Amino acid sequence: MADKVEAKEVKLTAKDFASDQDVRWCPGCGDYSVLAQVQRSFPDLVGIKKEDIVWVSGIGCSSRFPYYMNTYGFHGIHGRAAAIATGVKLANPKLSVWVATGDGDLLSIGGNHFIHACRKNVDLKILLFNNRIYGLTKGQYSPTSEQGKITKTTPYGSVDYPFRAISLALGSRATFIARTLDRDVKHLQAMIKRAAEHKGLAFVEIYQNCVIYNDGAFDIYTNKETKDDHTLYLQHAKPMLFGKNKEKGIKLDGTKLKVININESDNSINDVLVHDEFDESPLYATLLAFMAENSDLPTPVGVFRQVFRLTYDEGVENQIAHIKAKKGEGDLEKFLFSANTWEVN
Amino acid sequence: MLKEKEVKNLAEVTVRFAGDSGDGMQLTGSQFSDTTAAVGNDLSTLPDYPAEIRAPSGTIYGVSGFQLHFSSTDIHTPGDRPDVLVAMNPAALKKNLDELKPGGIIIVNTDAFDSKNLKLAKYESNPLEDGSIKGYEVYQVPVASLTSKALEDTSLSQKEISRCKNFFALGLMYWLFNRPLEPTLHWIQVKFRDTPEFIDANTKALNAGYNFGEMTEVFTTRFTVAPAKLPKGIYRSISGNEATALGFLAASVKSGLPLFLGSYPITPASEILQYLSYYKNFGVKTFQAEDEIAGVTAAIGAAFAGNLAITNTSGPGLALKTEGIGLAVMTELPLVIINVQRGGPSTGLPTKTEQADLLQSIYGRHGESPVPVLAAATPSDCFYMAIEASRIALKYMTPVILLTDGYLANGSEPWKIPHVNELPDISVKYWTQKEGFAPYNRDENLSRPWAIPGTPGLEHRIGGLEKANITGNVSYDPDNHHNMVKLRDQKVKGIVKDIPDLEVDGDQEGDLLVLGWGGTYGAITESVIKVREEGYRVSQAHLKYLNPFPKNTGEVLTRFNNILIPEINLGQLSKIIRSEFLTPVIQLNIVRGLPFRTSDIQNKIKEILGGKNNGR
Ligand code: SF4
Repeated sequence: MADKVEAKEVKLTAKDFASDQDVRWCPGCGDYSVLAQVQRSFPDLVGIKKEDIVWVSGIGCSSRFPYYMNTYGFHGIHGRAAAIATGVKLANPKLSVWVATGDGDLLSIGGNHFIHACRKNVDLKILLFNNRIYGLTKGQYSPTSEQGKITKTTPYGSVDYPFRAISLALGSRATFIARTLDRDVKHLQAMIKRAAEHKGLAFVEIYQNCVIYNDGAFDIYTNKETKDDHTLYLQHAKPMLFGKNKEKGIKLDGTKLKVININESDNSINDVLVHDEFDESPLYATLLAFMAENSDLPTPVGVFRQVFRLTYDEGVENQIAHIKAKKGEGDLEKFLFSANTWEVN
Repeated sequence: MLKEKEVKNLAEVTVRFAGDSGDGMQLTGSQFSDTTAAVGNDLSTLPDYPAEIRAPSGTIYGVSGFQLHFSSTDIHTPGDRPDVLVAMNPAALKKNLDELKPGGIIIVNTDAFDSKNLKLAKYESNPLEDGSIKGYEVYQVPVASLTSKALEDTSLSQKEISRCKNFFALGLMYWLFNRPLEPTLHWIQVKFRDTPEFIDANTKALNAGYNFGEMTEVFTTRFTVAPAKLPKGIYRSISGNEATALGFLAASVKSGLPLFLGSYPITPASEILQYLSYYKNFGVKTFQAEDEIAGVTAAIGAAFAGNLAITNTSGPGLALKTEGIGLAVMTELPLVIINVQRGGPSTGLPTKTEQADLLQSIYGRHGESPVPVLAAATPSDCFYMAIEASRIALKYMTPVILLTDGYLANGSEPWKIPHVNELPDISVKYWTQKEGFAPYNRDENLSRPWAIPGTPGLEHRIGGLEKANITGNVSYDPDNHHNMVKLRDQKVKGIVKDIPDLEVDGDQEGDLLVLGWGGTYGAITESVIKVREEGYRVSQAHLKYLNPFPKNTGEVLTRFNNILIPEINLGQLSKIIRSEFLTPVIQLNIVRGLPFRTSDIQNKIKEILGGKNNGR
């Protein structure tokens, strides 16, 4: 070992991950922040080489993402990013495969691919840029738009109900589920890194502001005046506290969550639910997933759930290895002649 | 004393087994085929089963059939009309009687001719008694009760015993056509190795059927069909779907690329997925996707990552994959799409054959979206065309559509197994050099470099947006788009220099050329042989490359006064030939969900050449 020369790895910087293409999102779009945080986080990813990273996307504003990353990239067709990415990952499990997608792309036209990628636990990192609107097609309501939303295609308000992306991912058995905010750059970076480290399907919902067609949709969670009362930062093994002075907590009351003030005489910090990211049962995370749509409760961000299961790509590789060990490496000549044969002389 | 039974020598025979979908007719037919192949006959098969898995028993629409044509000479089709019909119930008789040759042999399971089954088959009176099948040679055999009797000392339930009756019928047919029992006995041993009671029962039923033929007075004659004179070699029986699966496996081995199949189950293409999912020790990856679209797009992802990527489907699935194929055209990635054509449109006739996806394959995409289209001619040809489709996809960095059909997929024939070193080499080189790399640089074939993720320094982006020539960056430039549309077109047209010329069988010029494509090869070939025997001068050519056509196609057409194009569609190749070569053609289009009867083609040839025409 003595004469082994260790090649000095030059540490990459955010710049190394920027491609030479001009970024063409609208000025002020939340997508810029996601791109910047990804480029800032990626140099810190341990054990992942730049040439092994592949970004796959569908169609929509956020799906231009791969063009701006100096990694391998594939800009697919509407809704199919998860399926394309699955093919990439299965073909070469060494690759770190990322999906950039929007609420229309992933949850409407691509809903089927999303739930099946989750179910199979394909080792993909899916970043959902959720702006609750169709941006690229110029402002139609999306499957995450709130009911009553007035848009070009719903001039009198939408009548249907939105998806809760987190609960959909949970119901589809995703093994890592998190939510973050485009404007909270530290938290966004932290979630990207956590997703990268997870072995299995990692789903990160990013509340992303569309300045043109749905401006301010998430202001309440990011504005100085409102965020403390409306955003709950989930931290593993920590009590769920929020409010200006962390005076409010989430209590489990029967099967319902409610807000208590821990400074009031009847309550104490001991009444507050302690977050457990690793709870195997999806019920707990489901309760958290439904908080977002409940005006009495704050909206959680952070890691909702992380569980560990064999990934689909590993399962495929293991099975091939197993069958090879059992039957021996395939020999085509032998195989062709191994059927019921007869000889003609 | 048993009377010595007469043995008649026949040159060729067509047998059809017919019964309820639950009667095991497909198994009976394929066992008879395998044994017949093993004794050296040439053969061709046509399974014909209902779309329902277990339609109500006794009904006409629940009848499942298996036709087999075997001979002592080279043959090409599963036979027009059967000489022998094995009918396990009244519905099977009713459904198939019209097809039987006049004076043909009928073997019926009389036990099934009770009032309930007769009613289900919509018979007013029992055809075995009312004289309605007088013109045929009818053998009435109580198959069910004889099977029960043979198995009375087994531990099986009545229901299980009843399931063994197809082996009794098979045994009887083995006796009638002088075939050995050993191949099926061996098959039973392997198939039921975990349930000895079924080995015992099926063996007994098979033997009982054979012995019944020997002992009974009912049969006075048995038949032999001498072995065919096939080229020397080791043979096996192969269906189109298995040949397709093996062909891609071979392409994977010869190219050194891992094989990836993205697929969604669809009749009649699912077997390709099933076969390939067994080949795990070759490293084959089969991804049973959530839908057809995921099947093709996952394959595109796998192609991007450097695999030999394929996706298989049938007509409706091809429609769903269309957008994905456009993406593969734009990203210029190698991909093979196998379309096992079936009766359409919509769900159509899912278990039947048709050739009506040719226009969809060549033209059925958004934008100017050229895709090479190949078609296999026979079940075993699927093997070679799978290799050829892979070769073209990899060499030209393009999606390729390979057309087979329900008849080729399920039909089988003897196949002289090739040695691996006789198969074409497919050399593939990923691009790895930083110098001179640009994602849309092109080589002499106009194909772009394949630089796969994981290669340091070659990080690049591709996608569905129009690409700037050479750099591959997104480009909305009008002239660039015009240029790229033309480059993609030229690339596919350029494949013409790399494919064999269209060969003419028979006179190289003359009055009539019968031009076919794909799975009608057998029917056309046999028809041409038959009319030539009657003294007609007719030539034949068969297209396996539909886009681009072989470069001499236009010139070949000019050498004949008449071009006849038989197709199982309303004239799709005819339309293309007319528009490409401005030449008149005569169409023959019969779209019944079944292969052509050779008599239909023969009659058309004679009509054109002014011979006698006896009608259908
Ligand atoms: S339309 Fe909205 S989401 Fe799209 S780029 Fe502009 S601001 Fe961003």
